[in-house]
Amino acid sequence: MKAQCDNIFFMSAVNAGQLEKGSTSTVEAPIKEKETRGEEELDVPWQVVVHNDPVNLMTYVTMVFQRVFGYPREKAERHMLEVHQKGRSILWSGVREPAEFYVQQLHGYLLLATLEKVG
Amino acid sequence: MEICRQDDALQISDLDPFLAELLRQIPESTNPDGAPAAEARLFSRPSAEKKICAEWKSYVEPELRRLFRSATETVTDDLTQLNGNEKSLSNCILHIPITHADAWLNTLNQARLVIAAKYKFSDEELNDHDRSPIGSRRDLGLFQVNFYGFLQEFILREIPG
Repeated sequence: MKAQCDNIFFMSAVNAGQLEKGSTSTVEAPIKEKETRGEEELDVPWQVVVHNDPVNLMTYVTMVFQRVFGYPREKAERHMLEVHQKGRSILWSGVREPAEFYVQQLHGYLLLATLEKVG
Repeated sequence: MEICRQDDALQISDLDPFLAELLRQIPESTNPDGAPAAEARLFSRPSAEKKICAEWKSYVEPELRRLFRSATETVTDDLTQLNGNEKSLSNCILHIPITHADAWLNTLNQARLVIAAKYKFSDEELNDHDRSPIGSRRDLGLFQVNFYGFLQEFILREIPG
């Protein structure tokens, strides 16, 4: 199969992670501080939010939630309905790197997803 | 037109020239060129934070473009089965290997999102499945969105998991 989205995003996330690790090694140089993520920033909880989109099919959105988050069908459907009825649903929250990875995957499936700081 | 699952493939048969042409137009319909709203929908902003958006544009967006292009190429290859004499279409069967199902879902979704963004269809239009016959290019666009959605529904029903 030509389209292997999971692998592509996994590699992308790995590459992004390596870049971040590389840049944090320079944290002591004042000029670099603005370009790196401080521990405080990394500790802030982030949430993965999916927004309503009238084009994406409800069954498709449910399947994506099952695949990306490993949710059982019932839980995936609950989130899908929340997106449909309330305009958005928080699918996951936690530290930034996995949150970024989830948002990348969701964009690969063409869902409207964003990364937001909690609070 | 008939669509069914046959072993490790989805089969579309009994095609009339109109629906065959809509199938052929799937790859072309994914092209957002000339429609900034379509481009913005395919590559939507990941965050309200500028720094995240800048990193995304450098590292993630190229991967997304590669993914979408790869899926579209798979669909384009499958659709070469429809090349040939229009009169023979009724005997033509389009085989879609089940391993290509993800590429089809992705490409159909690209096409639906691009068409919907180009014509700025309202929620009411997108939910109106009893629309009157096609009388304009815009009506045809809405028909395409619904037809491609029908194909997506079928694929979703047939793929494992």
